[in-house]
Amino acid sequence: MPTYTFVVNGKPVTVDAPADLALLWVLRDKLGVRGPKFGCGIGVCRACTSHLNGAEIQPCVTPVAECAGQSVTTIEGLASGDDLHPVQEAWLEQDVAQCGYCQPGQIMAAAALLRTKKEISDEDIDRIANVCRCGTYFRIRQAIKSAAAKM
Amino acid sequence: MTCDNEVPVPAAGAPVRRRQFLTFLVAAPVLTVAVPGTAEAVIPTLPQPAEILDLGEILILAGTPTAGALAVLSVGEDGIVTLDLPRAEVGQGITTACAMLVAEELDLPLGQVRVTLADARPELLMNQLTGGSNTMRSVYGPIRQAAAAARARLLAAAAAQHGVEVSRLSTRDGAVILPDGRPILYGLLTSAAAQLTGVFAAQPKPASEHRLVGTPQSRIDARAMVTGQFRYTLDRDVPGAMPTVVRRPPTINGSVRSVDSAVARTMPGVLAIGVVPTGVAVVAETFGQAMAARDALKVTWNAGTIDALSDKEIRAKLKAATLPFVVPPLLTQHLDMEFDFAFVSHAPMETNSAIADVRDDRAEIWAGLKSPIVAQQTIAAAIGLPESAVTVHVTQGGGSFGRRLFFDAAIEAAQISKALRRPVKLMWSRTDDMRHGRARAASHHKLRATFALGNVLTFEHRVASVETDFRHGLGEILTATAASLPVAGNLSFAQTVFLTTCKVPYNFGVVTSLLNEVPLRMHTGSWRSVYSANTRGAEEVLVDQLAAKMGKDPVAFRREYLKTARQRAVLNKVVAEGDWGRAMPKGFAQGVAFHDEYKSCTACLVEIDARDPRNPRVVKAVIAVDVGRPINPRGLEAQMLGGLTDAISTTLRAGLHIDKGLPLEGSYSHFHYARQKDTPKDVRIFVMPATGEPGGAGELGVPAAVGAIANAYARATGVVPRSFPIIFPVDFEPFPR
Repeated sequence: MPTYTFVVNGKPVTVDAPADLALLWVLRDKLGVRGPKFGCGIGVCRACTSHLNGAEIQPCVTPVAECAGQSVTTIEGLASGDDLHPVQEAWLEQDVAQCGYCQPGQIMAAAALLRTKKEISDEDIDRIANVCRCGTYFRIRQAIKSAAAKM
Repeated sequence: MTCDNEVPVPAAGAPVRRRQFLTFLVAAPVLTVAVPGTAEAVIPTLPQPAEILDLGEILILAGTPTAGALAVLSVGEDGIVTLDLPRAEVGQGITTACAMLVAEELDLPLGQVRVTLADARPELLMNQLTGGSNTMRSVYGPIRQAAAAARARLLAAAAAQHGVEVSRLSTRDGAVILPDGRPILYGLLTSAAAQLTGVFAAQPKPASEHRLVGTPQSRIDARAMVTGQFRYTLDRDVPGAMPTVVRRPPTINGSVRSVDSAVARTMPGVLAIGVVPTGVAVVAETFGQAMAARDALKVTWNAGTIDALSDKEIRAKLKAATLPFVVPPLLTQHLDMEFDFAFVSHAPMETNSAIADVRDDRAEIWAGLKSPIVAQQTIAAAIGLPESAVTVHVTQGGGSFGRRLFFDAAIEAAQISKALRRPVKLMWSRTDDMRHGRARAASHHKLRATFALGNVLTFEHRVASVETDFRHGLGEILTATAASLPVAGNLSFAQTVFLTTCKVPYNFGVVTSLLNEVPLRMHTGSWRSVYSANTRGAEEVLVDQLAAKMGKDPVAFRREYLKTARQRAVLNKVVAEGDWGRAMPKGFAQGVAFHDEYKSCTACLVEIDARDPRNPRVVKAVIAVDVGRPINPRGLEAQMLGGLTDAISTTLRAGLHIDKGLPLEGSYSHFHYARQKDTPKDVRIFVMPATGEPGGAGELGVPAAVGAIANAYARATGVVPRSFPIIFPVDFEPFPR
């Protein structure tokens, strides 16, 4: 079985895995990184959304081989120690989460968006397609706007 | 120690360490369930069953004998107070609201309260079911009484230690305050308080003295959620429990005829494969490998239970099962309407999942479970162990919407663990969840209103629904409370649930609502608001049409016919805040609707952009809600927001197509639950001031929003919707079976 070395949340890791094994299962089942959640396995619910070199990815459809030598950030790696990322702070401020299951992915999607754009429009927010089955969308919208204003 | 209002904690699970913990298990005074009259109601419509005793009150009644044992509070030496709550948190915010009750009664900072979810506690009998929007209604008294008794003991301990009268002591910020102002932290008193003997009668604070309850608070688990630290079932590590998936049949309830697992067994990471009643289980080192091996299995299947049925046949059955009207449309003007509602998946983000470790003489289960006692009984029977040998842990769930009333994954995980003789961590795929999970039953509705001389004379609603499965303990509860039920005769459980949850809130003369069910052997279950989303949603559409036929504005009409001032107040609130009647561009419109259930009421006013009738969007929503006594207004607003999004989804686009015995939808790319782009950029929710005891809140938000959205769509497009979801093509390539 091939071996892959990459960085997860700032720490180098090496795993034995089939080349086509989805990053989500490497993270969750081999490395014990459980922040990214399974919701669909085909990249449409986006509950697992994380970052590869700072850009948004869906680990459930990202083969581990594509991550070799790259840097993966999951929800666990977004904050700097106890200092939360502004998007996480905004999520607390708006009390966004209900069941919370989709929220790591929502937060990572919002953080990736705010990395690339300073001025956020409602249309930008509309393009975030992550499913929230509790229907917290309005609070997500408010939280993203609040985070954008502070960043 | 035992005293009048207290009994010791039963020695279940870990032994209680008396030296370190003061544990109260307070037998509160027996809850008295009032059977209120309808003093507020003007007479033209006789009280309906749900106005006399609603489902939530039935659940309280069934739980009354064990209400005193409900709240188990312990005060740690670190000053942390832990409530072991025999209910399921699935996102609805009950752990935060319950923590607020404890903090309020003990004069404790909210941050010093922890809430854990209790294992199945069979001694609670029927008092461990999370449903019917019943949690805050059923625990409001018992938790406050338990906390008040805890406070009384801490005061007594401080009084004894310092030789002062209890009456000269007070409590503040997690401490007993001595007459000279010195605080003694609860953690320093808990040990002494546990040694006290005697009776400590204590009454909870009157609501007028509440400083925390009724104020907006954020979820107590929010930080864990936004940092990825929160642990759901699949995030737990149980020694030896490896990733497990199931290959499922091509039609609902199909079973395995033959399996060729030769290829699958050689695949990397595969640990075990075995046949179980629901399919073929595959255990592997990772879920990815388990799913790859699952797909490599060659399986032939026996037929399922509804293989011949598709939506068309089911709709025909429902239509045929709809009971006739009583009132002939003679001599009066009348309005008849019919509606259809599709099946809807619960589709919580966390799919069905469970961990099971079944041994020869015992079993341990972890899952998000809203009826863990029934789960324990059923699992014990399924794996041939006594109930006492099956420990069922309740984990916090990633959404439910009614789904986790059933324990399908827990029982399946136990069967797999037994068959393969190893612990398993079972995850249903999204396709499993949508196609073989449960769904809100499809329904057909026939309504007739008659009117003359400006008065509504009669209102009849005939509902035909595919049978909703209530085999999660509700049947036993209704049997146990049968003598108190406000319905006469030998009604089915379903009819009883229907009549104790749905009521017409208007004075429409002679009102009759009847449910007839079509039993189909498929997987159904209560979906947030059970019958009310469809039943009341349809009624609110009819109300708009009736108003038009009688030449009245929809708001003015509702004001005239609503039964109480309290109901009119929420309607008036959305009318004022939402600027009802304001001019809108072509293709846009407002819609309004009202709903009353479980001693709460709400009105919803939406604005829709339906310039393209095939691509509408709700652009604004104004909601007013009166739940009698809001515990956490911020959490209540979240529930109403969720109800709104559910209504947007199920009214406009989200449903399941049944095709030859199986839903076609297999993921969120097929089942069109709303995304951000489908939801309003402007939502305003108004919580009405407290006036009484807490009413239900978890399901309340759906039905009024369904009606408001449908009415807005009708006004914007000129087409009154009759079939829901309104936009419902098969706009995807279904996954292979």
